[in-house]
Amino acid sequence: MKRISVFLLFCILMITSLFVGTHELSIAGLLAGVPEAWMVLVKIRLPRTISLVIAGSIVSLCGKVMQHLLQNKFVAAEAVGLSDSARLGILMVMLFLPNGSVLLRTAVAALFAYLGVLLFLSISRLLPKDNPMMLPLAGVMFGNIIGAVSGFLAYRYQLVQNVSSWLQGNFATITVGQYEWLYLVIPVFFLLYFVTYEITIAGLGEDVARSLGINYGFLRMFVLGLVAFASSIVLLMVGQLPFLGIVVPNMIGIFFGDHLKNNLWLTCFAGSSFLLICDLLARTVIAPYEMPVSVIAGMIGGSLFLGLLFWRQIR
Amino acid sequence: MKVKVGSLFLLSLCAVIAYLTYNTYGNWSFAFALRGRRLLAFGLVAIASSFSTFTLQTMTQNRYLTPGILGLDQLYVLIQTVSFFFVGGIQLLSQETTTMFLLSILATALLGSLLIGFFYQNKGHHLFLLLMAGMICGTMFSSYSTFLQVLMDPNEYDMLQGRLFASFNHIHTQHLLWAAGIILLGSLCLVFLIPELNVLHLGSRQSVSLGIPVPFVHRLLLFLIALLTGTASALVGPTVFLGFVVVTITYQVIPTFRHGWLFLGGTLIAFLLLVFGQFFVEQVFGWTITVNTVIQFLGGLFFISKLILERKKG
Amino acid sequence: MIETVNLHQSYGKTPIIKACDLTLPEGQLIALIGPNGAGKSTLLSLLSRVLNERTGAIYLDGRELKQWSGKELARKLAYLQQSNQYGVHLTVEELVAFGRYPYNRGRQTVADEQIIASAIHKVGLADFKERSIHALSGGQLQRVYLAMVLAQETDYILLDEPLNNLDLKHATQLMNHLTELVQSEKKTVVIVLHDINYAARYADYIVAMKDGQVLRAGSTKEIIQESLLSELYELPIKLVPVEGSYFCYPFT
Repeated sequence: MKRISVFLLFCILMITSLFVGTHELSIAGLLAGVPEAWMVLVKIRLPRTISLVIAGSIVSLCGKVMQHLLQNKFVAAEAVGLSDSARLGILMVMLFLPNGSVLLRTAVAALFAYLGVLLFLSISRLLPKDNPMMLPLAGVMFGNIIGAVSGFLAYRYQLVQNVSSWLQGNFATITVGQYEWLYLVIPVFFLLYFVTYEITIAGLGEDVARSLGINYGFLRMFVLGLVAFASSIVLLMVGQLPFLGIVVPNMIGIFFGDHLKNNLWLTCFAGSSFLLICDLLARTVIAPYEMPVSVIAGMIGGSLFLGLLFWRQIR
Repeated sequence: MKVKVGSLFLLSLCAVIAYLTYNTYGNWSFAFALRGRRLLAFGLVAIASSFSTFTLQTMTQNRYLTPGILGLDQLYVLIQTVSFFFVGGIQLLSQETTTMFLLSILATALLGSLLIGFFYQNKGHHLFLLLMAGMICGTMFSSYSTFLQVLMDPNEYDMLQGRLFASFNHIHTQHLLWAAGIILLGSLCLVFLIPELNVLHLGSRQSVSLGIPVPFVHRLLLFLIALLTGTASALVGPTVFLGFVVVTITYQVIPTFRHGWLFLGGTLIAFLLLVFGQFFVEQVFGWTITVNTVIQFLGGLFFISKLILERKKG
Repeated sequence: MIETVNLHQSYGKTPIIKACDLTLPEGQLIALIGPNGAGKSTLLSLLSRVLNERTGAIYLDGRELKQWSGKELARKLAYLQQSNQYGVHLTVEELVAFGRYPYNRGRQTVADEQIIASAIHKVGLADFKERSIHALSGGQLQRVYLAMVLAQETDYILLDEPLNNLDLKHATQLMNHLTELVQSEKKTVVIVLHDINYAARYADYIVAMKDGQVLRAGSTKEIIQESLLSELYELPIKLVPVEGSYFCYPFT
């Protein structure tokens, strides 16, 4: 399979995404200069598509980076307690600073996510290392504990409805004026790209990295900070996207190998494509209503993840 | 051993009396009926989760497993959703709800045991594969259920909600008798298989050497586990970690390999946990949380602590 | 007597055992030797029916293995796997008692207790009866497993690399035990060995396996030959005579 085909798929999907939806939009209409057509394009489709592309790429990129850093094929934000910690943070903001700005929410969520991951990683040092499944397993358990705390708070302060509807990954609510916050993750792309080499070395193990002169401790803190930040923004803006960060990097790894730098953009395009596909399905399945994209992602992602698990085992 | 179990039994008795009598505000018969039913449900769930978790752990020779982690609860929800979706809510409800209840549980047991059997292969480290697969299935089944729920007619969805969302605060007592029958039957089968279970501690190879038809026994055990777990889930909602917490505690309190003692002790400890948990929920937290949340929290803590402690030992 | 006819076994598409025809004599200490991946453990698993997927036939005392019921087979043949690690709380006595399961399904009789006690005594662990198995050393634990197999009172005993975690003293002791079992109780012991020197010294009959096939099977004298062993292990081996037997010395 050629890399170019992934890029082509991405382009096709992106264009399709611009033209699919409840409002009529056609190329003819655009070329003719129909104002409604352009409004739909600029105010609804374009923002939505752009957020899909950004969210899809950053989530899979973060997944890949984490997999390298933690030397484990099955981790991503949700498997190290990141998502659950971010959620707790957002809940806290809802409770104590309900009128906080989006920026504040993002900052608090990112902070909680970061602290959560660090806590988990310090615990994970104590885990038996003989089995690669231990880490994501423990991560999910850790997430469960934090989730229970969030659940308790939500129940107590009657925010359950709020929290769950808002955590449903939904791109339908993306509108101009809101989604621009997603642009904040673009610097993350570049920063990560900057340190790809170092991350690859870190993926060989702490000892190897140190002996090759990499400042392992700092690198880890830095990368995790970026990942926490990006994941929190996506969580806030879009909601939860299950399995994306784990499945896409693994599939790219199977077809194209695991080299980080070579496959960086590929991972991003693949992530966006996956999310575009899920969203297209979400839009069309029960048109004119919409299915939350997290549901579709859960269905497809879960099946793919299972297939992955067993394919790796059979090999 | 006998002393410990005996004291557990006495403790449980005290807990029962306490729960039935405190704060009744004079409304004895009403309180008794309501709380009595709840206690019965607790007892059944205690039996179901303790028996099924011990069996699963022995079968797989692994102390980190619990049936809930294998996505059985979500499977039950999915089966209910699917039947509602394809057969139609009104049609379903006009029929014997008990029949549907029984059929869904049977379906969960069959499908669940098939799935687990498929994913579980008899080679050591692939056990964790099963765990991961179970967790993924859990999320995945939820997604499928949500998918169908969003698609279905809103009226049907309302009916489904009422049917589905059991929790410890909202126990489906109309099916209590049937659930009791199933759980007692299932656990009786397991009691009958205690000698085999004891041997299974040695692993499947040695069990074959000692004459046990391992593939058949495994399949039977899986079916019973799925049956018990599915029924408990139908009664009180998902209790993912309860089994794990109970079994971990029981092995500490009653260190033995004999399943007879383990089942008995485990059931009593589970019962105590549930009653105390419920007491906390009612009196201390004022119904602002559910026992499910408490279990989730405790369970995660237990799991991680166990992982860490094992590492320090090994 | 154990016989195999045209035995084939594969793991997925990879063949592990190819066209194996064997006749194992009764009442002898039989060693399965060969390089890694030769299929020795797999063969043992097939013979004990722990592994069941294969084509071809295996006959135990004239009857096809698949026709034996679980219980019958358990009273005729005992198998001990390579490594055993139990997290469960068991005392020495309780572990050995499992060996009686094919006879009593857990309900112990006085006769059972005597057999168990005698088995524990035979392996020299009578003083450790009540001790937890986690408090034993590797060598002691291996002996407890052997006692469990003895308590099963079978004619055939199949052991998969039982010497693996044992030091020199305990390995020698175990081999002596096994020799005694064969000589005084007329049992047939089939044992997979990595170290050919133990085979050379203790076995009566040796099956040399390579790449899933039987290279050669015969009495110890027939097999412990420089040319055969060198071919088997793909390494020049010199035989050094020692005390009536031979020591195999590989050299590069």
